[in-house]
Amino acid sequence: MNIAFDFWAVFEQWPLLLTGVAWTLGLTSLSGIFGLSLGVVMAWARLEAVRPNHDLHRKKISRVLDILDKLILFYVELIRNTPFIVQLFFIFFGLPALGLRLSAEVASVLAMVINLSAYSCEIVRAGLEATPPAQVQAGESLGLKPVQIFKHVVLPPALFKVWPALVSQIIIVMLGSAVCGQISTEELSYSANLIQSRNFRAFESFITAAFIYLLLSIAIRWLLNKVGRQVIFKGMVSHD
Amino acid sequence: MTKSFLNVLRLCLLFVAMFAISSASNAQNALDGILKSKSIKIAIPTDFPPYGFVGLDMQPQGLDVEMAQYIAQKLGAKVELVPVSSPNRIPYLQTKKVDLVISTLGKNPDREKVIDFTFAYAPYYQAVYAPKSLSIKSFNDLAGKTISATRGALEDTELTKLAPPSAQIKRFEDNSSTVAAFVAGQVQVVATGASVAASMIQKNPQLGAEYKLLIKDSPCFVGVAKGEDTLRTKVNEIISAAHKNGDLEKLSMKWLSRSTGELPE
Repeated sequence: MNIAFDFWAVFEQWPLLLTGVAWTLGLTSLSGIFGLSLGVVMAWARLEAVRPNHDLHRKKISRVLDILDKLILFYVELIRNTPFIVQLFFIFFGLPALGLRLSAEVASVLAMVINLSAYSCEIVRAGLEATPPAQVQAGESLGLKPVQIFKHVVLPPALFKVWPALVSQIIIVMLGSAVCGQISTEELSYSANLIQSRNFRAFESFITAAFIYLLLSIAIRWLLNKVGRQVIFKGMVSHD
Repeated sequence: MTKSFLNVLRLCLLFVAMFAISSASNAQNALDGILKSKSIKIAIPTDFPPYGFVGLDMQPQGLDVEMAQYIAQKLGAKVELVPVSSPNRIPYLQTKKVDLVISTLGKNPDREKVIDFTFAYAPYYQAVYAPKSLSIKSFNDLAGKTISATRGALEDTELTKLAPPSAQIKRFEDNSSTVAAFVAGQVQVVATGASVAASMIQKNPQLGAEYKLLIKDSPCFVGVAKGEDTLRTKVNEIISAAHKNGDLEKLSMKWLSRSTGELPE
């Protein structure tokens, strides 16, 4: 068996690879933004539900929060304990049976948002729970409303604490987007697969794709860490 | 950052080196190997009725499966069936994970560059299918339509050439997904093999799907890795004999309910 590598056969398809990279990055940024936001909202709801409530007027709200907490817990466990590809296939091939027909691209983003939100909910919650009670009390003594306390006093340091874990999770979701090619979304692994099915250069195609994924991961991690340090959490210091 | 990058590069090199070593030690002739070990690995489809599918007993069956068993028996070897999907059947042969591919494989010049083919053993054709309400008389009518096809299969490569640029070809990993996308209404048109389409139409009468356009007549060949000429010659002898004594005709009648017709050599 003689092996001759022909990487040119893959590189000459660079427009396809570029389209793939663009889709992979697009899917990742959209799902990163929406998935993380949804995750933060769910983490907040879960935290509110377990917080000891001294205010009698809020009893009714706390019952609603209790139910919401159970629903979110169910959602998180459901998503975290089923494979991503099954969730994706359900959305793309399964939902049309219920009358909801989404394009491959929308289905991919939706699946990734759902997936990331479940994982990031738990990560963010860990950060929120680590907030010292004195910090909340300090906010209360300044006369801030609960929403203001959450937004300005609790959330930023909590996100700061779990930021590296969130960045990792976003990268995991980006790598997971490789299966979106299965429902004809034209992301990077779809391009690699298409090139491979045309010129039968499987080894070259996939090693090229792997290398691009590696570069993307490194670049995203570097970028998000930098943005986190210099923009979002400007001036904060780690106490660990 | 630079240091970890260098480490990664080093790992890549190691990987390539390992690959080169393992392939160098794999120089035995395939036919000798089969005759010596009395076993042969053959790639068959499991999502392609009636050529290859999984029966109610969870065992693979179909025309390709019986052909695989037939050839193995004539070689005096025990057959080990390896299920493959349409896009990965050629890589399986290239990387010698199997000795033969009997997987409704059509012949085209691109494929002939990377693997060899024996004589044809069964008839097959690919076509475009769509609901009756959709008027499709020529390939130009596919303009602006969404079409599902299995990536890397003949219907994909041919349709890419035949369909107008505004036709959106959605490529899926295997025939099940290609058909599922059409059945779920995610695409308007499906391009697939005659047999797959027949079972799809039979199981989903509500779709009102019908045959629209012929993409290509492409009889099935057995795929052999490049350089395995002794194995290819041997399989050709078996197919020729089976063609003459009517075994191929019997197989075709049993699974396709039609004659093999002309089979190219």
